[in-house]
Amino acid sequence: MTDSLTFVGRSLRHSVRSVDALLTAILLPVAIMLLFVYVFGGALAPHGRYVDYVVPGIIVLCAGFGSAGTAVAVAQDMTTGVVDRFRTLPISAAAVLTGHVVASVARNALSTLLVLGVALLAGFRPTADPLNWLAAAGLLLALMTAISWLAACFGLLARSIEAANAVTFAAAFIPYLSSAFVPVDTMPAGLRAVATHQPVTPITDTLRALMLDQPAPHALTALAWCAAGIVAGRIGAAYLFRRPRPNG
Amino acid sequence: MAYTIETHGLTKAFKGHRVLESLDLHVAPGEVFALLGPNGAGKTTTVRILATLESPDGGTARVAGHDVVTQPGKVRERISLTAQEAAVDGVLTGAENLRMMARLRRVPDPRQRAAELLERFDLQDAADRRVATYSGGMRRRLDLALGLVTQPAVIFLDEPSTGLDPRSRLAVWEAVKQLKDEGATILLTTQYLEEADRLADRIAVLNHGRIAAQGTAAELKQRVAGETLELFFADDAQLAQAQRTLRGRPDPDTLSLKVPADGPHDVKRALDALDGVPIDRLELHAPTLDDVFLSLT
Repeated sequence: MTDSLTFVGRSLRHSVRSVDALLTAILLPVAIMLLFVYVFGGALAPHGRYVDYVVPGIIVLCAGFGSAGTAVAVAQDMTTGVVDRFRTLPISAAAVLTGHVVASVARNALSTLLVLGVALLAGFRPTADPLNWLAAAGLLLALMTAISWLAACFGLLARSIEAANAVTFAAAFIPYLSSAFVPVDTMPAGLRAVATHQPVTPITDTLRALMLDQPAPHALTALAWCAAGIVAGRIGAAYLFRRPRPNG
Repeated sequence: MAYTIETHGLTKAFKGHRVLESLDLHVAPGEVFALLGPNGAGKTTTVRILATLESPDGGTARVAGHDVVTQPGKVRERISLTAQEAAVDGVLTGAENLRMMARLRRVPDPRQRAAELLERFDLQDAADRRVATYSGGMRRRLDLALGLVTQPAVIFLDEPSTGLDPRSRLAVWEAVKQLKDEGATILLTTQYLEEADRLADRIAVLNHGRIAAQGTAAELKQRVAGETLELFFADDAQLAQAQRTLRGRPDPDTLSLKVPADGPHDVKRALDALDGVPIDRLELHAPTLDDVFLSLT
């Protein structure tokens, strides 16, 4: 536990000191937000409140994309000799990665707040009560934690920083095949089946329901997906961290 | 006797390429032991197995009384590794690196310990600069300091002075001697004969994953040969005449003849045997580890 805190401190210092990476992580989601609301928004829902529909989707997209960036941070870290020093220390295998994950969640929480701020300026009108907000925040934190741990696994598996980057990029497309931007029932049948059953859909639906004060029938499914991601990612990452690396 | 580092029949292959072939090592407590060998001899692989970073394909290895495969946690509590590539965090400052390591090693006062080490390794002035801005020598010194946050029983140094300027190399050598005086057992790898000669109590010459020879520097030198007498002559005729009586290895380019000579007695006998062939000058060569190295690898 103490070790994890030490590594959280390290990763936070890393985050703050790589200014350009931090700015990208925070400003890119804001840019995506503006893009959807102002460029696509008019065409997608000429009379409706598309902004209310799409903002929760964008928040999920940004949280997911930002957290997937953990893969790059981990892959980058693994290329430096300092990790071999950590691996010869009598510490828990996951401590180094816990540092990465917590820093990632912190970065993404910050950028999500910013996105939400911009969304409010752009006309997003949530009707959530404080309890709903708390639940929404909890769901988002669970999502960020799950994706960060899974991304850490990819970062450990990737042979290079470029490969980790490609994984992150590919992951960013997953939300488009969900209810994040358009309702699933507007999609062709095959695609609809995929979109309905992939984790992003129940998570986005639940977040939207919480923010707009609607019933959330898929809340348990959403939480289950997040919990499964956290457990699988955490176990996998600890195993992969200790695994001898090729050509060491 | 209980060895601090002990391996039996250690083997390791990477993608079908055999790096270690049944390696047996015995390092006594408090000893400085050098693994000497060319690139690709298996030095780094040996160190990485002993430091729990790789698992061997076969054989056993015990470090500080614990098996590296079945009890890696126990081993990690007792070792420190300074790898070939400086294992420092470039984004953090020197002081932050040391404080982080001190916290991970459960040092009671990390700040205090970091300050001590910065002073010992002459890094106070750079303490609050990011390590990315350090010179190679400074990174290496910080690297060593990070390994010494606590006093480990066993210290692995993988090519500690490769790529260092002479001043930093001396600083590394000083540090090794000091650690030995404090009672640590040290296994170091090196390509430099001078380094092994100067620092190590015993040396193992490693070649193609096998130990080609083992012993103290003096023992290894003795294995190759005694001293060599080199006689220089004025012309080819004299060289040929001398070779007829003394045999030995002639070198037509330098007009010299090399004759093994163990001690002054042999030298006198050789000179007497020449019987009137005039000698330009003579040199007596002590064997070097280079001779050992070249004859074994």
